[in-house]
Amino acid sequence: MKSYKSDVVIIGSGAAGLASAIEIKKEDLSVLIIERDKELGGITLQCIHNGFGLKEFQEELTGPEYIQRFINQVLDLKIPYLLDTMVIEITKDKLVYAVNNEEGLIEIQAKAIILAMGCRERTRGAINIPGFRPAGIYTAGQAQRFVNIEGYLPGNSYVILGSGDIGMIMARRLTWEGCEVKAVVEILPYVSGLLRNQVQCLEDYDIPLITSYTVTKIHGKDRVQGVTISKVDRNFDRIIGSEKFIECDTLLLSVGLIPENELTLNAGADLSKNGGPIVDNNLETTIEGVFACGNVLQVHDLVDLVSAEAQRAGKNAIEYINTRYGNDIPSQGKIKCIAGDNVNYIKPDFINREDLSKDVIFTFRVNFPDRRVQIQIKDEENNVIYKRKKVYVIPSEMVELKINFDKLENKIESDSIVIEVIPRPEVLIEEDEVL
Amino acid sequence: MTTIFDVLIIGGGVTGCCIARTLSKYAINIAVLEKDADIASGTTKGNSGVVHAGYASSREYVRRNLCIRGNKLYTQANEELNFPFIRNGSFVVALEDKQIKYLEGERKRGIEDGISGLELILDKEKIRYMEPNLTDDVVGVLHAPTAGIVSPYELTFALAENAAMNGVSFFRNEKVKRISRQNYVFKVKTSSNEFKAHNIINAAGLYAAKISKMVGLDYFDIMPRKGEYILFDRNALHLNKILFPIPTKVSKGILVCPTIHGNTFVGPNAQNITDKKDIATTEAGLKEILDGGRMLVPNLPTRASIRNFAGLRAVPYNSISDKIGDFIIDNTDVYGFINVAGILSPGLTSCFAIAEKVEEFLKLLGLELKIKEDYNPIRPKPQRFKDFSKAELDEKIKEDPTWGRIICRCETIPEKEILDAIHAPVGARTVDGIKFRCRPGMGRCQGGFCRPRVIEILSRELYIPPEEVTKRGEYTSFLVGKTKDRFMEITEREELE
Repeated sequence: MKSYKSDVVIIGSGAAGLASAIEIKKEDLSVLIIERDKELGGITLQCIHNGFGLKEFQEELTGPEYIQRFINQVLDLKIPYLLDTMVIEITKDKLVYAVNNEEGLIEIQAKAIILAMGCRERTRGAINIPGFRPAGIYTAGQAQRFVNIEGYLPGNSYVILGSGDIGMIMARRLTWEGCEVKAVVEILPYVSGLLRNQVQCLEDYDIPLITSYTVTKIHGKDRVQGVTISKVDRNFDRIIGSEKFIECDTLLLSVGLIPENELTLNAGADLSKNGGPIVDNNLETTIEGVFACGNVLQVHDLVDLVSAEAQRAGKNAIEYINTRYGNDIPSQGKIKCIAGDNVNYIKPDFINREDLSKDVIFTFRVNFPDRRVQIQIKDEENNVIYKRKKVYVIPSEMVELKINFDKLENKIESDSIVIEVIPRPEVLIEEDEVL
Repeated sequence: MTTIFDVLIIGGGVTGCCIARTLSKYAINIAVLEKDADIASGTTKGNSGVVHAGYASSREYVRRNLCIRGNKLYTQANEELNFPFIRNGSFVVALEDKQIKYLEGERKRGIEDGISGLELILDKEKIRYMEPNLTDDVVGVLHAPTAGIVSPYELTFALAENAAMNGVSFFRNEKVKRISRQNYVFKVKTSSNEFKAHNIINAAGLYAAKISKMVGLDYFDIMPRKGEYILFDRNALHLNKILFPIPTKVSKGILVCPTIHGNTFVGPNAQNITDKKDIATTEAGLKEILDGGRMLVPNLPTRASIRNFAGLRAVPYNSISDKIGDFIIDNTDVYGFINVAGILSPGLTSCFAIAEKVEEFLKLLGLELKIKEDYNPIRPKPQRFKDFSKAELDEKIKEDPTWGRIICRCETIPEKEILDAIHAPVGARTVDGIKFRCRPGMGRCQGGFCRPRVIEILSRELYIPPEEVTKRGEYTSFLVGKTKDRFMEITEREELE
């Protein structure tokens, strides 16, 4: 068995893994990237559409163009990486076990680990669509890989279930390939991906978007022959009599993404409701010295946000190695962050008291769309310690807040805070006046 | 085909393959015909995978004794064939006091008929200790320690591989169209060939009545009865025991059961249908099994479901005995034609006992059954990445680098296991064939990551283009063509114009 040592091991070489590796190498710490695929870049390589880099580089790039800028830096900095290598286990002592076909089993002792494994797509089984199990059912990302990487078409005529970003992008992509996209079907009353994708991928190509409908049956014993869609009520229960049949030979599913945390779980870290690991404001998981960033922590809307989060994780790992690693520094306690009204989940899950003088970056998603809202943070006594107005919130757009608690008037005394998104109080008054 | 087989088995399910393997120890010429692209693709694929203790069937049914005998035969078979199987024991769960009497009756009759270890447990604490996920409403259980769980398709692959090792010929994609006979030789016409045999064993599952009618035997019918299942992720719930409710007239009820691979499933319901290809799940059916399962395990992890599927039971109606639902295992009036039909539950448990019976029939028919000198009953255990220690793994990868290339991340399956599945006797030819042999695509991502890679490997190993790789045979290909093909066509057309 081969043994290596590295200050930091990064699992995954997508947007998150590469950005954090570059941060660490810049500080002259040793770092090793482990990638299970044949090349660096992760899922971004198959995202050949544009819309990347507006935040990070202030220009519009395709996925491969965007990730190549990071790959070039990795190569310039001579950061070592292992390809075609699968991590099979990580331990609390920061031992990483991986296999590949050249070196066999590899053991790497790290001081810190950054988890950057990304996410995977929800499948048909996860949403339990009844019917036959023919060939011709794909997740949108799988179809994307076939078309953009392998050069094969998975079908001729499509129905896409779910208006997630990948689903809408694939609707356009397949139309360009001369395929027919019969409809994009969305169970919610609104599009679940970004507005720009609704306009650029569906409306510009006259692809019908059918909201408040879902696929309730799959037809075809050997290959998909069509799907039945049904209208749903507010509780997502099917409305009987609303069924429509759409003929197609392929069903694509774009029904959500789940952070991929098998390794995290097996290492003994705790996960939160969104499927990502529980982290503090340093993006450190419940295992000391193990950090998480990118889609393995929470599913992001834009790759630019992934890179930014990964850079933070990298900086925090450096700080950990330089100050806390090997030193027993007692914690001054933790403040729990709780998702309140119209907040689906919140990251971080905890804030360290000793970090209250630093900027804390919160990211969260709302449960439902709303306009003219107030985002506020309350302590256990219901004192509002922070508030901010926002014109609108929608579930497809992650909200980010940067707060330095020491600079606020009200200090946090309690052991937990609640983040909530509520209608603006003055809006209510205006309505009263109208009445 | 000029060979005249001594025994031709129609149907490559668990019954047909078990008979083939049992007979493969004799110096006779055997062939198995399967209509689908792979063996184990009918009823064998979609069932509960339970090896029953044998108390459940009525004493008037031949299936009761075959089940009790079959259960016992699993121990030796498992030692020889190395398929995934454990005896984890089953509970029949009484939720009302008045059901205890029924359980006591089952226990008494079971013990009289030679089922060992049956016990009635009324101590709720003990029950909950043995199965912590069981409902609080339980008042007593019938514990059958000899019951177990098996992977039915992996058992079938093991049987077929061992049979093939011992000289049995397997022919897939051979749908029987017509059977005729001349001078005590059957001629079996299939979609693409003609096979000749002295004896035929009809193990055609749902289509057994159709095959029987081809030789003029019209005394039974097979009706499909659908059962639907939901499978849960391995991390979501862990059960120790197979949990049955008190049975109904038509089935053993909706059970909640661990699989041999550590998942949990709930199902099946029982729905009489007419279409023998209708393995579609239904909204109502999925709700029915969830509701049923919750009676036994209230905290079913519905959010962690990874797949729903359905299988069809081959329910026989025998017009001679006027019985519904008992096995039809007959040395028929057509000399040399043996029916092994209507093998519904507990057929999986009974397969080894059924094969013994067929052996006796063949002896009665005068076939000389002499044991081969080179008969090898051992089918070596497939090597699995997961079973290796870290040191062994390192060694294995050095010996063969394909051990180090992981294709399926959910189940941790390396390329080597997939290559083994393709190159084994009666090896995999389809994506489903690989999935059922070594599990890539069985996990929580259901093939999202590994499917393109599995298609690539099949295409490479079978020397076929990726478009010809199928899910499970004809009309089930994954890819319809290359990108830009359409534009090439358009440009060519424009150029012509």
